[in-house]
Amino acid sequence: MENNSNERSINRYFRQLKFTMRDPILLITVAIVSLFVIMFIVLPLGSILGESINSDGGFSFSNYVKIFTSRFNRMIIGNTLRLGITVAFFGTLIAFLFAYATTYLALPHKKLFNILSIMPMISPPFVISLSAILLFGRSGLISYELLGIRNDISGFWGLAMTQTLSFFPIGYLMLRNLLQNIDPSVEEASQALGANRWKVFTTVTLPLMLPGLANAMLLIFIQSLADFGNAIVIGGDYTTMAVQIYQQGIGSYDMAGATALAVILLLISLLAYYMQNSVIGKRSYVTVTGKVAKERILNDNKKVTTPVYIICLLICIFVISLYALVPIGAFVRLWGADYSFTMKWINYVFTIGRKYIVDTTTLALIATPIAGILGMIAAFLIVRKSFPGRKVIEWCILMAIALPGTVIGLGYVLTYNTRPLILTGTSFILIIALVVRSFPIGTRSGIAALKQIDPSIEEAATISGANSSKVFTSITLPLIKPVFFSSLLYAFIRGMTLVSTIIFLVSARWQMLTVAIMNQVDQGYYGAANAYCLVLIFLVAIVMLIMRLLFRLFKIDINGDM
Amino acid sequence: MNISNAKRVELVDLSKTFITSTRGEVKAVQNVNLVIEPGEFVTLLGPSGCGKTTLLRMIAGFELPSGGKILFDEDDVISKTPDKRDLGMVFQNYALFPHLNVFDNIAYGLKLQKQDSKQIKENVLEGLKIVQMDDFAKRVPSQMSGGQQQRVALVRALVQNPGVLLFDEPLSNLDAKLRLHMRDEIRRIQKDVGITSIYVTHDQSEAMAMSDKIVILKDGIIQQVGSPQEIYQKPANTFVSNFIGKANVLEGKVVSTLDNEVHITVDVHEYTIKRDDAKEFKVGEEIDVIIRPEAVDLSLDTFKSIVNKTVYMGESQDYWFDFLNIELEVCDYNPSSKKTYNEGEEITFGILEDSIHILHKE
Repeated sequence: MENNSNERSINRYFRQLKFTMRDPILLITVAIVSLFVIMFIVLPLGSILGESINSDGGFSFSNYVKIFTSRFNRMIIGNTLRLGITVAFFGTLIAFLFAYATTYLALPHKKLFNILSIMPMISPPFVISLSAILLFGRSGLISYELLGIRNDISGFWGLAMTQTLSFFPIGYLMLRNLLQNIDPSVEEASQALGANRWKVFTTVTLPLMLPGLANAMLLIFIQSLADFGNAIVIGGDYTTMAVQIYQQGIGSYDMAGATALAVILLLISLLAYYMQNSVIGKRSYVTVTGKVAKERILNDNKKVTTPVYIICLLICIFVISLYALVPIGAFVRLWGADYSFTMKWINYVFTIGRKYIVDTTTLALIATPIAGILGMIAAFLIVRKSFPGRKVIEWCILMAIALPGTVIGLGYVLTYNTRPLILTGTSFILIIALVVRSFPIGTRSGIAALKQIDPSIEEAATISGANSSKVFTSITLPLIKPVFFSSLLYAFIRGMTLVSTIIFLVSARWQMLTVAIMNQVDQGYYGAANAYCLVLIFLVAIVMLIMRLLFRLFKIDINGDM
Repeated sequence: MNISNAKRVELVDLSKTFITSTRGEVKAVQNVNLVIEPGEFVTLLGPSGCGKTTLLRMIAGFELPSGGKILFDEDDVISKTPDKRDLGMVFQNYALFPHLNVFDNIAYGLKLQKQDSKQIKENVLEGLKIVQMDDFAKRVPSQMSGGQQQRVALVRALVQNPGVLLFDEPLSNLDAKLRLHMRDEIRRIQKDVGITSIYVTHDQSEAMAMSDKIVILKDGIIQQVGSPQEIYQKPANTFVSNFIGKANVLEGKVVSTLDNEVHITVDVHEYTIKRDDAKEFKVGEEIDVIIRPEAVDLSLDTFKSIVNKTVYMGESQDYWFDFLNIELEVCDYNPSSKKTYNEGEEITFGILEDSIHILHKE
C-alpha cells in the first residue's frame, strides 16, 4: 500500500513535470525563480543551520548547549522575548484605538491619522530612536534643557517605546481593513435585539475582531524580533538577539555562536509567523471581500469621541514631532550644547557623504524593477501555474517575509564569503539583498490580487494563441497594475531604508546611507546623522511623488496598504 | 465570415484522475471514447460533478489527461499547450479582458496571428456585425450587460477561425429570457460558420435545443451519445430518462419476442414495442417500462386511479396518482379544452403504445 501510493505520487510528479515541459518559457521562468529562491533564501539559511551544528569539523549541538548554559545568552533571548511581547501588546493597543477611531467614530482629522501610518514606511527604521535620543537622551531637549536631568533613555523602556511607535502603524492598517470589512448589519442586528453601544462593542465587535487582534499582535511581535535599527541605536546595554547576532558574527567573528543564535531567532520568528498564518489566520470570522456591504453609521457620542480623539491626537502630535526633529537637528550645530543654525552638516553630507547618497540611490533604483517584476512573476507562477515544487517555492517566499534581516545577512556572509562564489562586498549581493528583502511582500500582494481575478480571463488569452509570457505581459500584469506599482514603490523605499541585512554586506566599494547614519549616531555626530536622514527621507519622498504622478497619469489607483 | 477549417475531434480512452487531500483519488473522467465530426455541434450534458467541465478543459489543454488521446483531425494534441491547439473558447463568466475595449478584446488573438491592422479591423467589424453590435467597438467590458459581453466573447472566439470552438456553460450567468435568445443566436451563428463546437451545459433544454448530438455524462462515464430525439425517446438507462425530461419507470414483464417486436405486459395489459434488438429480451424477463408524463392519455380507460395531487401549469394540467409500484406523473396538455379532475376524484387513463420505451433492469 505504502509502496503503491509512493509510486503514484512519483507518477504524478512526472506527469506534472511533463505538463510543465510542454511550455518551455514557463519551464525556464520556473527554473530561474526556483534557482533564485534556493540560492538566496534556502542556501543561506542552510549554511547558518549547518554552521550552527558544526563544532571543530564534526556534528554537535555544543553551540546550542553553550547558548543555553550561558547566563548572558539566556538573558539576551529573554530580553528579546520580553521586548517583543511588550511591544506587541502596546502596539496592538494603540493600533486598535486608531483603527476603531477611524472606522467607528465620527472624528475630525482622520487624514492626519493616515499620514501617521505612512511615516514609518518611508523613513529609515531608526528615525524614531534617533529623535527620542534628541528629546529624552543625555543632552535631550526635554530631559536636559527643560528638566535638567541627564537621562539615559537607552535600554528597555526607550527601545520599547520607539519600537511601539515604529510598528503600531502596521497593526493599524491591518485592523482598519478588518474593521471596515465587518458588516454593519451584524451590529445593527445586535442593537435591534436590545443591546446598547457598549454591549454591541463587547458582545459583537470585539469577539469578531479577536482573531484579528491576535494577528496584529503576532505581526508586531515579528517586527520587534527582527528590528535591528532601533535596537542598535537606542538599545544600549539592553541587547537583543538581532543585535547580538551581528555583534557576535561580524564584531567578534564568532560564527558558531552567531549562527546558533540566528537559528533560535529564526525558529521563534517562524513559529510566530506560522501561528499568525495557519492557526489564527484561518479562524478569522471576517470575510474580506474588498467590498463594504453598506455604510456604517458612525458613533458621534461626545462622551466617547472626545477622549478618544484627544488620546489619538496626542499620540499623533508626539510621533510627528519626533519626525520633525530630524530636519531641525540637521541644521543645529551641536545638539545639547550649541543650538545655533548651521549648514555644516548638510554640506558635509553632500561632500563627504556624497558617495553614500549616490551608491544607495543607484542600488535601490536597480533593485526596484527586479524586485517588482520578480514579485509579480512569482505570484503569477504560484497562483496560476502548476509545476513540481510550487508549494515549496510559495512557502519559501512567503516565509522570507518573516525572516529577520540579520539572519539573512549572516547567511549571505557565511555562504558567499568563500569559494566558489565570493560575492560579499560586491554591488551584486547588495542588490540581491535589497530584492530578497522586498519582493516577497510584492508576491504576497500579487497572490492576493490574482486570487480575486477570474483565471478564465487568462485562459481566454491562452486560447487566443498567447503563450505564457505573452499572457503575463499583456493580461496579468495590466490587471494587477496597482499591486505591481505599489510593490515597485515598496521595493524602492525598502532599498533606501534597509539596515539589518545590508550592514553585513557593505564594503569600501559600496556604501549605504543607512549604515552611514548608524555610524554617525554611534560616534555621537547627531547633526550629520540627522542630515543624512533628511536627505534620505527627501529622496524617498521625491521618488514617491514622481511615482504617484505617474500613477495618476496612467490612472492607476493604488492603496497605501502595501 | 470566412469558413472554415472545422476539425474532426476524436477522444480515445480519455481519463482523468485527480488526487485530492480530502477524498483521495477522484476519477473525474473515465475511458471516454467519442467522435465529433467536422461542423457538428455536440453538447456535454450532465449534473454538476459529472466530469463534463474536466473533459472540456482537457480538450482545451488546461488539464492534462491521466491517460488516453485527444485527436484533432489526425493530430494528437496532448503535448501541445492550449495556445497551440487552434481553439476558440467561450467562458461562463465571459472572461473579457477588463482593461481592453471591445475592439481590442476581439483583435487580441488576431494581433497574435500577426494579421495586418487593416485586416484586423475588417475582421473585428465583420464579427461585431454578426452579433449586431457594430456600435460597441469603443466600449469597455464594464459598460456592457452580461448578454452583450457574452456576444463579444463569442465574436472574439469566432474571428480567430479556430478548428474547434469550446463553450463552457456560456449562458448560465444570463437571465432566463436572454438565455433563450442567446442559445438561438449561438446555434444560428454556429450553423452559418459551420464550426465544430463542443458545448458544456447542465441545462437539458439548452442541450435539446442546440445540439446535433448530446453526450450524457455521469460520474465521469458516458451514459449515452445520440441526437436529442434518440436521447429523449430511447434513453439508454433510467438515469438518462430521468435526467432528460421526466420519466415514470414502471415494472413490466416480457411475454414474447419476435424479430423486431417485444410483447410486454404492464399490470394485466399487453403492449407491443418495436425494437431492432428485440432478441436481446428474454421471455419472462422483468423490465423497466419508461413512460413520459405526456405519453399517458386521460381519454382512454385502460386503468383507473384516484388523483393524489394536481397542479395547473397554464399550458398543461399535471396529475399525480398511484399506479402499480409508483406514483405516476402525468402531463395533460391544452387543459382548457378538456375535462379536468380534482384531488380525490377518480381518473381513468391509458398509455400510448408508440411512446413506451423499455429497458433491461439495471
